[in-house]
Amino acid sequence: MLHNSCMINVKAIRKDFPIFSHHPGLVYLDSAATSLKPQSVIDAQNKYLSQHSTNVKRGLYPLSEKTTKAVEQSRSKTASFIGGKPDEIIFTKNTTESLNLLAYVLEDKIFAKDSEIVTTIMEHHSNFVPWQQVAQREDAKFKIMKIDSEGKLNLDDLRKAVTKKTKIFALTYASNAIGTINDLKKIAQIVRKNNKDCLIIVDGAQGVPHLGIDISELDIDFLAFSAHKMLGPTGLGILWGKKTLLNELKPFMFGGEMIKTVKEDKSTFAETPHKFEAGTPPIGEIISFKESLDYIEQIGYKSIRNHELNLIKYITQQLNKSFQSKVTILGPQKAEERCGLLSFTINNIHPHDIGELLGKDNICIRAGHHCTMPLHNHLGIAASTRVSFNVYNDKDDIDQVILVLKEVIELFDK
Amino acid sequence: MNTNYKKHILDHYRNPHNFTKIDNPDYSLSATNPLCGDNIKIYLKLENDKISEVGFQGEGCAISIASTSIVTDFIKGKTIKQIKKINEEKVLQLLGTDIHPSRMNCALLPLEALNGILN
Repeated sequence: MLHNSCMINVKAIRKDFPIFSHHPGLVYLDSAATSLKPQSVIDAQNKYLSQHSTNVKRGLYPLSEKTTKAVEQSRSKTASFIGGKPDEIIFTKNTTESLNLLAYVLEDKIFAKDSEIVTTIMEHHSNFVPWQQVAQREDAKFKIMKIDSEGKLNLDDLRKAVTKKTKIFALTYASNAIGTINDLKKIAQIVRKNNKDCLIIVDGAQGVPHLGIDISELDIDFLAFSAHKMLGPTGLGILWGKKTLLNELKPFMFGGEMIKTVKEDKSTFAETPHKFEAGTPPIGEIISFKESLDYIEQIGYKSIRNHELNLIKYITQQLNKSFQSKVTILGPQKAEERCGLLSFTINNIHPHDIGELLGKDNICIRAGHHCTMPLHNHLGIAASTRVSFNVYNDKDDIDQVILVLKEVIELFDK
Repeated sequence: MNTNYKKHILDHYRNPHNFTKIDNPDYSLSATNPLCGDNIKIYLKLENDKISEVGFQGEGCAISIASTSIVTDFIKGKTIKQIKKINEEKVLQLLGTDIHPSRMNCALLPLEALNGILN
């Protein structure tokens, strides 16, 4: 991998991702769904499986000790990567499980009569439905903040939405559908001013991989994100929480690895974070995730952001130039205000038709509602077409999308 | 560009047959595909146990609209008993093009609507 401090050498980077040698000519623009994996991540997982595929904690022999050490090193790396502490990092299956875990353990602790939950219309279903369901079960008020015409939250609305009765404020760091980046620092300050006890829960699935995060600078309580969207393996999610809060919460699942003592009539549980990690974890995935974080750090978020901004600006320019009034770009119009993705609609051509026709030319994009049905309803559209970037994309990828899109439009306009 | 969007599919999409609402229908059958946001409503009128008038309205992708257009053509003059016999295989045969597995729900949307007759 070769690159200087700010420019990314895409050609060199692609050599690190073996999928490109298996599929020459692949145009992969669906990293918001899942990112591709570099060789170092694959090697680390293979190494665990082939050289020391033992369980964690239980074994008193060197191979198991090695595995336990590698898992805990990955936990430490994950913590330092986001500015947290190792014992605040809980390994889960994915962002969805992290958020559901929270919804489950918080429900009995905090709900009282007249409680409120506040969220936004731009949330992914995984940061919307769990809270909607808790609200329904507990008869709490479920408040959904709307967005302006550029897909942004109005901070005055936030000041009104969060009250003394608000127990939970659930918000995405960056929208997976329209790319809006939320200013977590400013938003957390507003929430705290209105209600210092309100729990601030952040879905970092899109924001963390593309923008990075330093939770030591943010007054939030919980953060959820997934390894597979940040060049890491599938099957691994992360839940970070403030230690004091995690200590107060009861376990979510019971079984192996999470107990201290078990007697016939009662059990006591391990300390945080282990009390939330029942059963054998995805060991190879946890170990290889450390390699993903190393890979990202080696490139650096400054370069990643710079690279993705250039691609966002370029595709915006090309879409507008090529299709003019036929294309509608959703979300913030300024590149700096969006995460590394862009969604659009073209005339009356259904995104699934666009997606299939691009797919036949080896171009992978996303078409549909991107698990944000309330947002698409709010926008008055059934679906949209999304392109999302990562370090292995370049302007040629965008040129190919534009080229085939022209043919698609021609086909439908005939 | 590689495409399985054959001319007849695109023709049906651009100018769907039977694309009209029918007043006082004997059957009004809806189907939606929440994944795509496709939604259609098929209207049927019977005379002597046979479909005398058929119409549909709705919105969707090229595959779902073309499929509904083709299927509504096919059921004209058929009896309810004959319509109940239409299965997935038949709809795909009528469409006459390869349908990708991920688009199967789009292609079978009219069948889902017609299954409403059973209820």
